[in-house]
Amino acid sequence: MENWFTAEFLARLQFAFTVSFHIIFPAFTIGLASFLTILNGLWLYTRDATYLDLFEYWKKIFAVVFGMGVVSGIVMSYEFGTNWAAFSDKAGPVVGPLLAYEVLSAFFLEAGFLGIMLFGRDKVGDALHMLATAVVALGTPISAFWILSVNSWMQTPAGFVMGDHGQFLPKDWWAIVFNPSFPYRLVHMVLAAFLTTAFVVGAVSALHLLRDSRDKAARRAFSMAMWMAVLVTPMQILAGDLHGLNTLEHQPVKVAAMEGHFEREGDNQPIYVFGIPDREEERLKYAVGIPYLGSLILTHSLHGQIKGLKEFPKDQWPPLGTVFWSFRVMVAIGFLMLGLGLWSLWDRWRGTLYEDRLLHRAALAMGPSGFIALLAGWFTTEVGRQPWLVYGLLRTSEGLSPVAAPAVAASLTGFIVVYFFVFGAGIFYLLRLMNKPVAAVRDLPPEHEVEPTPVLSPHFDPDFLPHENGEHGGR
Amino acid sequence: MELDLAFIWAVIIGLAVLFYVILDGFDLGVGILFPTGRNDRERDAMMNAIAPVWDGNETWLILGGGGLFAVFPLAYGVILSALYVPIIVMLLALIFRGVAFEYRWRTVRWKKVWDASFFGGSLVAAFCQGIALGALVQGIPVEGRAYAGGWFDWLTPFSLLTGVAVATGYAMLGAAVLVYKTEGALQERMRKLAFRLGIATLAFMGLVSIITPLLQPVYFRRWFSLPGILWTMVVPLLMLALAWLFFSGLRRGRELQPFLAALGFFVAGFMGIGISFYPYIVPPSLTIWDAAAPEATLRFTLVGTVVLLPLILAYTGYAYWVFRGKVREGEGYH
Ligand code: HDD
Ligand code: HEM
Ligand code: HEM
Repeated sequence: MENWFTAEFLARLQFAFTVSFHIIFPAFTIGLASFLTILNGLWLYTRDATYLDLFEYWKKIFAVVFGMGVVSGIVMSYEFGTNWAAFSDKAGPVVGPLLAYEVLSAFFLEAGFLGIMLFGRDKVGDALHMLATAVVALGTPISAFWILSVNSWMQTPAGFVMGDHGQFLPKDWWAIVFNPSFPYRLVHMVLAAFLTTAFVVGAVSALHLLRDSRDKAARRAFSMAMWMAVLVTPMQILAGDLHGLNTLEHQPVKVAAMEGHFEREGDNQPIYVFGIPDREEERLKYAVGIPYLGSLILTHSLHGQIKGLKEFPKDQWPPLGTVFWSFRVMVAIGFLMLGLGLWSLWDRWRGTLYEDRLLHRAALAMGPSGFIALLAGWFTTEVGRQPWLVYGLLRTSEGLSPVAAPAVAASLTGFIVVYFFVFGAGIFYLLRLMNKPVAAVRDLPPEHEVEPTPVLSPHFDPDFLPHENGEHGGR
Repeated sequence: MELDLAFIWAVIIGLAVLFYVILDGFDLGVGILFPTGRNDRERDAMMNAIAPVWDGNETWLILGGGGLFAVFPLAYGVILSALYVPIIVMLLALIFRGVAFEYRWRTVRWKKVWDASFFGGSLVAAFCQGIALGALVQGIPVEGRAYAGGWFDWLTPFSLLTGVAVATGYAMLGAAVLVYKTEGALQERMRKLAFRLGIATLAFMGLVSIITPLLQPVYFRRWFSLPGILWTMVVPLLMLALAWLFFSGLRRGRELQPFLAALGFFVAGFMGIGISFYPYIVPPSLTIWDAAAPEATLRFTLVGTVVLLPLILAYTGYAYWVFRGKVREGEGYH
């Protein structure tokens, strides 16, 4: 850490900061867009107004989150050039087209139909409105498909040959797009997005159930969210396990760092639940481990062995503490989610799903858990890739733009200040929207409906305004 | 005959940038004119006029960047490192203007803050785009395969001039689109503003056109030798015709014609820049062939683009059609 004021360190910090903020929003909109499609479909199919109310309620939240996702995403698409120009020149011929396809096949689709989804119901009719909603929902995972293909290629590059000037030249597009880690990463990430959304919807509904357990809309949404938790969490754990096996095959150093194994530990490889990896002493301090479990999980046999860190050159070790701990945070949250899902199943079976206040409190507390697991997972993946930008081929330090450290420091400061201010305000507005029960949004007296409407979120709720001053006392 | 893929791509990227400039140009212009709205109703109408389409318009900016990354990766890296400061400031400004569309309806006490962020974000983004244009026109030095200059080289009187010119031009587009989308007192005011902004824009365009050929000898040669000189005659004539359509349209109370003519100014200006640049993508250092990605990349990307771009134009057109007509005060979109 002695010399952290380098363009390299600052550029890494800037990328990590901006992408970590960005990912929060798409993760939520991927799940929410599908949830809205299902709600709208159920409304059209059953004509049960509860579904329509829920649709209108979550649509407003969606609009705000989408807006934040768009503005933070545009930053990402320029940051490769501003801060990673050498990487752009060398890897651009391979990953650039994937990003271009993301724009052409996903972003235009979402942006083109978003307006109709948000405020076109009266203009185009139910059927086309349903179609627009479904198209927006379809666009979000298409976007994830391409961007994850890019990221996976940087983790497990394939399908290229080396050209002049250290450029990667495409040889086999199929092998590039469907590189070895991509299918696992795509499945794991999309499931993560669904789980993240389910736990937010679950928490908001639990909040309203705690206030009024007869709230019909809250009951409906809570039940839906808990079904997602029950069904998707086991899939996610399975996908994570397979993902880990894939990483073991392609990036064994990363797995050794995730597991905290410095040596090959014989044929009863333990799993460490606690420990502090020490780079200098090359051992895991204060280790608490469960024997055999490591072998079982990583090799699916009791006596399997995996390589320890010491079997790799030390200059290829990733930062150990971050990888070790962020991995544990993610896995712990995965099991907590599973626990909550099973608990809800038990309550459902006993008929107390809507009355169990302890469950509701737990669901409320778990609201942000998806975001935390998601970021922890990404920190494991990305920090575990260090010191490489393109794994095994291009070091992070070789990808930089020729931009001086003070310039990067200035822009990093700008991003930090602006993001905390702008997205802080956005998150505050989201929490305030979520704090209102669904019924309060629906029961507006009709004359309020003629108020000038908002833009990305048409059913602007005038009722909100007096409340705001009333509740907070105004000036 | 072998297709010159790099040339085809230069045309496509050029079109994406042009689409961005005229489409987001009028959005940003409305933002720049936002403070001229006299009250909340007028400002609501101004924002609602562009609300359903701004996101799609801005996507062209992402295509410009993403497309450049894919097919001219060297130019993408060089240009963005050279223009580091104006690009980062533009991105930050676009954040402020983008979130305002939503946030402004979510609060009473802070509405003023987001109104200001809509205006300020639009103005700063427009200004930075103009600076970026000027900096590119005046030339970017390259050594090896990297930008070879400092992080304030972009700052010159010329780039500041183009910054002001682009912001003025966008404001003119904004006024013209509001003439088309609004009614009553607001429309009347916009009509007058459009007239004045039109004159200012044309003056700036003239000034920039006079200076540009003097900046780099290549530009001079392009403009004053055959076949460039033919264009040198045509572009000003075209501008004259467009100017007549614009001002007479405003005089006679036409609603769409001035807007279309204003878009024409930008198309003509863009053609002018294209003539100066070709075949450079980073004048005076890199031609489109120097910067192009390998053929396999150009081909792979082109296949999908040929299929997807017409589709995009079709459904974008549909979205514009759904939200056609006047925004009425107090009506908005439900
Ligand atoms: C809701 C979010 C979430 C949850 C509950 C889990 N994960 Fe995860 N995980 C992610 C969200 C995530 C992620 C953010 O989506 C990552 C980052 C990159 C990626 O592909 O997925 C990830 C990465 C990731 C990796 C790293 C892959 C690499 O080397 O690049 C492994 C091995 C696992 N996960 C395994 C698991 C296991 C065994 C879990 C179960 C307990 C688990 N994850 C729960
Ligand atoms: C979206 C969730 C993501 C998160 C939270 C995330 C997080 C991070 C973090 C923490 C780093 C810093 C690693 C370090 O310096 O130790 C990083 C670096 C980086 N990541 Fe990711 N990342 C994400 C997705 C992506 C994707 C999709 C791509 C590619 C398209 C990508 C490309 C990069 C690049 C280019 C760097 C900079 C070089 C480096 O420091 O490795 N990331 N990211
Ligand atoms: C795992 C990582 C990522 C995923 C899953 C992802 C997904 C998405 C999605 C679904 C959107 C749609 C808008 C929204 O829902 O908010 C979006 C927006 C955007 N993302 Fe990301 N993204 C990721 C990382 C990145 C990175 C690294 C970049 C930079 C290259 C990027 C560039 C963009 C851009 C430019 C937008 C705005 C597009 C629009 O106008 O709709 N994303 N992203």
